[in-house]
Amino acid sequence: MLKDEDRIFTNLYGFHDRSLAGARVRGHWDGTAGLIARGRDAIVDEIKKSGLRGRGGAGFPTGLKWSFMPKEGDGRPAYLVVNADESEPGTCKDREIMRHDPHTLVEGCLVAGFAMGAHTAYIYIRGEYIREREALQIAIDEAYEAGLLGRNAAGSGWDFDLYLHHGAGAYICGEETALLESLEGKKGMPRMKPPFPAGAGLYGCPTTVNNVESIAVVPTILRRGAEWFAGFGRPNNTGTKVFAISGHVNRPCVVEEAMSIPLRELLDRHCGGVRGGWANLKAVIPGGSSVPLLPAHLCDDAIMDFDWLREQKSGLGTAAVIVMDRSTDVIRAIWRLSKFYKHESCGQCTPCREGTGWMMRVMDRLVRGEAEVEEIDMLLDVSRQVEGHTICALGDAAAWPIQGLIRHFRGEIEERIRAARRGTLTAVAAE
Amino acid sequence: MLRRLHPDQPATFAFSPANLAWAQAQIAKYPAGRQASAVIPLLWRAQEQEGWLTRAAIEHVAEMLGMARIRALEVATFYFMFQLAPVGSVAHVQVCGTTSCMICGAEALVEVCRRRIAPEPHMLSADGRLSWEEVECLGACANAPMAQIGKDYYEDLTAERFEWLLDEFLAGRVPTPGPQGGRHASEPAGGRTTLKQFADSHDGGNASVALARALGDTVRRIDGTERPRPAAPAAPAAAPPAARPVALAAARPGGPDDLTAIRGVGPKLSALLHSLGFFHFDQIAAWTPTEIAWVDEHLEGFKGRVSRDGWVEQARALAAAGPRHPSGEG
Repeated sequence: MLKDEDRIFTNLYGFHDRSLAGARVRGHWDGTAGLIARGRDAIVDEIKKSGLRGRGGAGFPTGLKWSFMPKEGDGRPAYLVVNADESEPGTCKDREIMRHDPHTLVEGCLVAGFAMGAHTAYIYIRGEYIREREALQIAIDEAYEAGLLGRNAAGSGWDFDLYLHHGAGAYICGEETALLESLEGKKGMPRMKPPFPAGAGLYGCPTTVNNVESIAVVPTILRRGAEWFAGFGRPNNTGTKVFAISGHVNRPCVVEEAMSIPLRELLDRHCGGVRGGWANLKAVIPGGSSVPLLPAHLCDDAIMDFDWLREQKSGLGTAAVIVMDRSTDVIRAIWRLSKFYKHESCGQCTPCREGTGWMMRVMDRLVRGEAEVEEIDMLLDVSRQVEGHTICALGDAAAWPIQGLIRHFRGEIEERIRAARRGTLTAVAAE
Repeated sequence: MLRRLHPDQPATFAFSPANLAWAQAQIAKYPAGRQASAVIPLLWRAQEQEGWLTRAAIEHVAEMLGMARIRALEVATFYFMFQLAPVGSVAHVQVCGTTSCMICGAEALVEVCRRRIAPEPHMLSADGRLSWEEVECLGACANAPMAQIGKDYYEDLTAERFEWLLDEFLAGRVPTPGPQGGRHASEPAGGRTTLKQFADSHDGGNASVALARALGDTVRRIDGTERPRPAAPAAPAAAPPAARPVALAAARPGGPDDLTAIRGVGPKLSALLHSLGFFHFDQIAAWTPTEIAWVDEHLEGFKGRVSRDGWVEQARALAAAGPRHPSGEG
């Protein structure tokens, strides 16, 4: 188990002083100017060496992403944009960072901003996080008052401004180019890539969009060294990670653990185990709603990292673990996700706009068993026509949970259709 | 999802002076010529002021930001937090219904809404005081099921507790937000498995709860005058207004009262109080909140003791019981 002294977010639950003074006691904002004095290339190299992969879902190497930012300015300013639009169902980790350990993020913005040549950063927080926004704004104001932001931020010689911006309830704005559109005051509709944001992002200027957790861990990695961070987890899956566990465990929680922790250890150690015991487990969605679920028999040896879960045709995503016990109607649980994606499709690409609604309606009938068995394959086929045929990944995200359901629970879907035909569908399954 | 403007619209909209100042500060966050970036924050603040987002407000914001009206209208109809029809005058209840909450009992909460508020979402209750909708994941999944009421998250709900909350709102009270089952935030119920190394310094609730408590009436619409105070101890800027109480040059004839009779006051504090000109229970009993704040701030080495130990209430009781002198007589 990860030791407390190796945890980056030491005030994840907010039991301790959340102010700047408290953050300093816990070691944040310590020698920030010295970190910046190492220089841009040294910081990017250190982050590359640490093996940090983006914590927002895609797992793209953070240091590499920063290195795409132009070295020589052409007169356009560069921007850091922090994606705090935490809306992936099951995910509630950035919320705890922003309201309880906000200075990790504020300091991270300064260091990361410097490392990509940005004098300005925007944090885009989801609109519903109203108190979290206030808590984060208090931290930003404190940092300005203490000279840690603004001109010559933290005595580093780097001028840096940090602004907090909020959305208004659109999941799609978690997609980086939709987020930029939204930040420019438009509908959150994703942009075609290329050009990538590092070439033309916010206001057409070089921009890097990073998740809250990816930025908030940076100062600690630099202070403690890439080797320290790379010492946790398996190769290519390094570091510590904030997991959010919800659903049918005895004690749902958010917890920072070492990457590559076995799923069972994560649930048993921190969540009091699966409700009704491990044998009562039916399925787990290991990385937020967009990744295919894992049936119980794959959970025994499951390892919570990018590569292991990808090998199982699932994904680590945001490390939001949704646990479902045997009482769960798993078809209905996935139907609810289909409803979510239909609701959140921005409507720009036809396969997604039409496909999400179509898939939801078929799922709706599968829940009630009012379908032909052949329609399962038809649904699978449609999901493949949505997947990969849209500008952004929302189409994929809508397709994958359904594909995972059919891959692992086809028997249950067929049984429900047969039961409905026999008239023996139980009230529980049909509710 | 089709989202249209409400058929009945007020003729005009204007920001309150405080909200206007706030809006101008928001616009200043963005580079020159990019003021359209502020459209979401401004529309949301307009909605807070009015309760819902009116056509007049959308057009007013478009004009402020130099945007074509259609661009602001697109934004208003695209984002789901914008309420395009009137909502309950007391609160709009948003129950999270996505999978994590659903499998933890959100459907029972929706049933409560249907029964207690209105049969359909976005309908006003019969008395117009509440309205509800089922929303997509609100990002508090480890505290499922949950609902956002007004601006706050109420978490770890049961149908019974949820119904009780609605009763409280209807009775004009504002129940404390946050986890309703005794948890502090998103730690495992019954005790942390990690992060025990620092002494706990917050009993005022998690950050969201503490902010809501500092504001008091959290369902009130934001009019720009609220000043949430950091709950953190080290925040001199957050000190309440203070005024020095009337002091005496010396004890009145008959000698000073025995201030050590106040629980929490020892000989050292007693001497300190004498040096500040306080000798008698009735003096302390008469302190107003602003005066308490002043004394709290000026008790070098003992800051905050007056309010912490409830000196004023104690002094009132002692003053009523009659004078007491260090000699123990009288």
